[in-house]
Amino acid sequence: MTIGQSLPHDSAPLHVTGTARYIDDIPLPAGALHLAFGLSTEAHADITAIDLTAVRAAPGVVGVWSAADFPDMPDCAPASHDEPLLCTGRVHYVGQQVFLVAATSHLAARKAARLAHITYAPLPALLTVEQALAANSRFEQGPIIWAKGDAARAIATARHKIEAEIEVGGQEHFYLEGQIAAAIPTEDGMHMLSSTQHPTEIQHKVAHALHLPMAAVRVETRRMGGGFGGKESQGNALAIACALAARATGRPCKMRYDRDDDMVITGKRHDLKIRYKVGFDDTGRILGIDFTHLVRCGWSQDLSLAVADRAMLHADNCYHLPDIRIESHRLKTNTCSATAYRGFGGPQGIIGIERVMDHIGHVLKKDLTEVQRANFYRGMAPTGPGTARRFGGPYSPDPEHFAMQTTPYHMEVTDFIADQMVTDLIARADYTARRAAIADWNRSSPILKRGIALTPVKFGISFTLTFLNQAGALVHVYQDGSIHLNHGGTEMGQGLNQKVAQVAAAVFGVETNMVKITATDTGKVPNTSATAASSGSDMNGLAAQNACQTIRDRMADFIAAKHNAPASVVRFENGMVRVGTEAFPFAQVALWAYQSRISLSSTGFYATPKINWDRVNGTGRPFLYFAYGAAITEVVVDTLTGENRILRTDILHDTGTSLNPALDIGQIEGAYVQGAGWLTTEELVWDAKGRLTTHAPSTYKIPACSDRPRIFNVALWDRPNPEDTVGKSKAVGEPPFNLGISALLALSDAVAACGDGTTYPALNAPATAERVLDAIGRMGNIAHPTDV
Amino acid sequence: MEQVAFLLNGTQVQVTDAPTRTLLEYLRETRGLVGTKEGCNEGDCGACTVMVTDATGARALNACILFLPQLHGKSVRTVEGLTGPQGELHPVQQAMVAHHGSQCGFCTPGFVVSMAVAHLNGDTDHDTTLAGNLCRCTGYAPIIRAAKAAEAAPVPDWMTPKAPFILAQTSSGARGQTAPGAFRPTTADELATLYAATPDATLIAGATDVGLWVTKQLRDLAPVIFLNGINELSVISHVQSTLRIGACVTITDLMAAVKPFHPSFAELLRRYASVQVRNAATIGGNIANGSPIGDGPPALIALGATLHLRHRDTRRDLPLESFFLDYRKQDRTPGEFVEAITIPTQAPALRCYKISKRFDQDISAVCGCFNITTTAGTVTAARIAFGGLAGIPKRAAAVENALIGKAWTLPTLTTAAKAFATDFQPLTDMRASAAYRLTVAQNLLTRYFHDLAGTPADVLEVQP
Repeated sequence: MTIGQSLPHDSAPLHVTGTARYIDDIPLPAGALHLAFGLSTEAHADITAIDLTAVRAAPGVVGVWSAADFPDMPDCAPASHDEPLLCTGRVHYVGQQVFLVAATSHLAARKAARLAHITYAPLPALLTVEQALAANSRFEQGPIIWAKGDAARAIATARHKIEAEIEVGGQEHFYLEGQIAAAIPTEDGMHMLSSTQHPTEIQHKVAHALHLPMAAVRVETRRMGGGFGGKESQGNALAIACALAARATGRPCKMRYDRDDDMVITGKRHDLKIRYKVGFDDTGRILGIDFTHLVRCGWSQDLSLAVADRAMLHADNCYHLPDIRIESHRLKTNTCSATAYRGFGGPQGIIGIERVMDHIGHVLKKDLTEVQRANFYRGMAPTGPGTARRFGGPYSPDPEHFAMQTTPYHMEVTDFIADQMVTDLIARADYTARRAAIADWNRSSPILKRGIALTPVKFGISFTLTFLNQAGALVHVYQDGSIHLNHGGTEMGQGLNQKVAQVAAAVFGVETNMVKITATDTGKVPNTSATAASSGSDMNGLAAQNACQTIRDRMADFIAAKHNAPASVVRFENGMVRVGTEAFPFAQVALWAYQSRISLSSTGFYATPKINWDRVNGTGRPFLYFAYGAAITEVVVDTLTGENRILRTDILHDTGTSLNPALDIGQIEGAYVQGAGWLTTEELVWDAKGRLTTHAPSTYKIPACSDRPRIFNVALWDRPNPEDTVGKSKAVGEPPFNLGISALLALSDAVAACGDGTTYPALNAPATAERVLDAIGRMGNIAHPTDV
Repeated sequence: MEQVAFLLNGTQVQVTDAPTRTLLEYLRETRGLVGTKEGCNEGDCGACTVMVTDATGARALNACILFLPQLHGKSVRTVEGLTGPQGELHPVQQAMVAHHGSQCGFCTPGFVVSMAVAHLNGDTDHDTTLAGNLCRCTGYAPIIRAAKAAEAAPVPDWMTPKAPFILAQTSSGARGQTAPGAFRPTTADELATLYAATPDATLIAGATDVGLWVTKQLRDLAPVIFLNGINELSVISHVQSTLRIGACVTITDLMAAVKPFHPSFAELLRRYASVQVRNAATIGGNIANGSPIGDGPPALIALGATLHLRHRDTRRDLPLESFFLDYRKQDRTPGEFVEAITIPTQAPALRCYKISKRFDQDISAVCGCFNITTTAGTVTAARIAFGGLAGIPKRAAAVENALIGKAWTLPTLTTAAKAFATDFQPLTDMRASAAYRLTVAQNLLTRYFHDLAGTPADVLEVQP
């Protein structure tokens, strides 16, 4: 059985030898042109004059286009048609595309793009959420409010109350391969290469820009050098530009952003401010809670509404909150348009409630885990002999145990396991003893302080835009028994193709290397959804399985008929097809089937069942299931400088029955470090004029090798998904990203150790050394550090 | 004109490209060797890492900020050159596959080359050797597992110097003018004459800063003078109780040279950018470019270094701190260049502290170096120098004055630390606020006190 094997990434041998091809590595036909955008240098202004004379005259320049060249400006936006390819008169952020250059080399295009003379009449720019809120600059008419119960009353009558806020910074994707696309004109349309998570979207936008039917545009994506959500919509502009320039010149065109341009132009994770009012009892049990999310969406809508929705959908995390109100403001600012980023708002929602847990723990002087446990959803009812729902007997569970518990959006939670996982992890990580040891250590260490924190995670799996929950696949079995497969998902490093190949191989009972998956291609599988929302293997795995089963069933019928046996007795295993006592190599059966004129090709399809969602009212079942996890992080901080470091991290993560434990552990390790980076060193800084000043790796610091935890233990909670997913597995791309929140709360714990317990650290994110030192300063009773 | 020639994966190549064409662009666009990737084009991500071998051994370098004339007479091995003659995977490649060290794969060629260089050199400090390679997918854990797993494997035959990757026999060529407006002198005398005659030329040693003028600012630098042919500027001489360090000594070599004498300075240099950058960057360049945030000058000033400048045949010496006049303005006449710097070998109280957002491969927000002498509990001499607090690397003269003659106690420090505000009026930028910089400067004096007293005060020394 190939499902469950820890096979390496299918491209690993190509990666390590430098032979894995990315778009910039693919030779284009002779005469190819290279494109660059000229960018706005103002955050908000009217363009009063554009002089492109010097650009046109620059060496190697073949074409230059600005708004004047397009009576009907093509649009790049994924949803709301508010992103003109080139600025049509008013610029909305520093980095907006104003004109397009095509030249004979990448360098020539970049040089020429800097030679324009653009005159601006500046307008007041809204850069912060406060400014946008004051100006009522927002998407949608007003805030979105979802409520369950009566939060205001519950808070008012609670014994304890807190009202506070946390600022959470954004995050640059920093995919190692920057945005890139290429267009090759064909005799009747356009062939696109795009580093995108969403080839169908590229196809749709290019077709629209060229006024062609989608059928005339073919988009191919072999692999991306990282995506993380940053290539869900942000590749549209490059692809459209390439297609337009290719049509205008008749030559192949390629565009890639220089790293600095990429960071300035493209969207990032939404930063936000979370205000919370919470009422709770002596045990830490939350009685009522009211969140306000002030989400900075940037200049265009992009995917912000769905991101902000998902933040609201994760405001509960693992906790049953009977009386809750969530108010979400989607604020429009003169900054780059924030976009999808691993977790898609979920981490921003979870960090809010985890912050509240930490704050309550501080107020009640209780261990964070005690407060968390006091609020958990009740665990999934145990199953098996003797655990049936029979009430009334001496050993029967309390009926209350089975009372309905729902999320703030009224979805019943039936699969909760985080409580069991937390118990297990606390034991594995020796949390209780370590917490005591840390307290001792801190008492004897005047300058360095340690902290520790646990973060549980519950993450909803499915696209909240319900129609996106579909996937397709195309499978061919050739007469030599080799299997060619395409599906609608894209490979960005997560190992999706290998997982799907394992699923396909399992259906046919062959080794995984018999299954060849080639570039994602809109000509093979149409109308695909973005490879996003962690859905890649769930949806494409089942679509591929469906296609494979269709072919397998035909083969089984054929071979059964040949042997006068019922098809139900035919078995595909170990590379053989068994009928009764006879067994034939898979390839032999494929050849016979071909010669007997049996179709060995099939499409497959999957549509996620059970889900329904009313986003306006915030009710329904947006998710098929939840994926769970928990992490414990220990840190040390320097009270003189705020410098800090992750010493140890223990993770237990739920992948259902893993399709490939090695790939899943890789996702978890990587997601944790990325999540911890978001909340520690990864600081995006804009200046007063709205210019991003951290637009290169020299100034924007993602975790480096030595920033990973010194001790890093990751284990899988290897239990089957109760829902009928592929191999009973669970999605893994995004959920473990949230585990990085434990790093922030461990820092909060270390900072708290600097005080006498009266002041809450109120640490904002990212917790750079500077923010940590500021928080230590707020602890009050720490003497001026030079007096230590 | 003499041509630039080097070995590329074992084959000699001669290049006639523009002198500031980068190796990365040449590999990808001219040679079709697309395994080497462009991740940032500024030497910060390591996706373009190549192995460069010369008489001193094999080193990892960033191809994106390496100009072709810098390679003259050397041997370049790219990721395409790591596999054996029959396509056998190198042990680090095997280990990366076996330990799931690649996900998206884009950073992988750079990692593999860095790992192969470390493997060849027997270097097992993986956190340090890989600090200059960024990975966004894996969280590094599987890469480190792979690097450890490969440690025990012998160096493959094809990686040894006996293999085709021998030095190009071209070291006598390519002197003088290598291209229009490009010069590559081979002696300091030649340089002195040439630079005096062409004082507007850009001197290029490691190109770790100048490289970005080309790749990011898109500047034309001509005329340019490459210094890599001048072996005599790369010499370190230990004379009595001093080290005289040639201007073209790389940070890597400087780090090795000072480690026995000044371990704290060596540790600071370990956090100076990354291996790839330290292998290219020179101490002369670090001084001469006058950056207020370079990590070399504060330590050198705290050590009381003497700078040796030369203009044609005229030489002069000055204390390093006197060289820095104002932001990006140095006491250097047109045509004058840094020839060497001399430091004492004795400074047991020297401690160097680098504060940055990220520990490795980052630029200092504050770099503070302390060298305070106490006699019988009283401060008798003090040299305190900081980077990141002013437009130049600068001594904290007021703080020094406030300490000298006082008892070496925490109350003395508390009083003296107030003088930092006299010495420095730092700026706020994307790395840190002015207030943070000043507070940290003060607190580092406290750290220094505890550090000398043996009290733990560095998070990097805490073990889980």
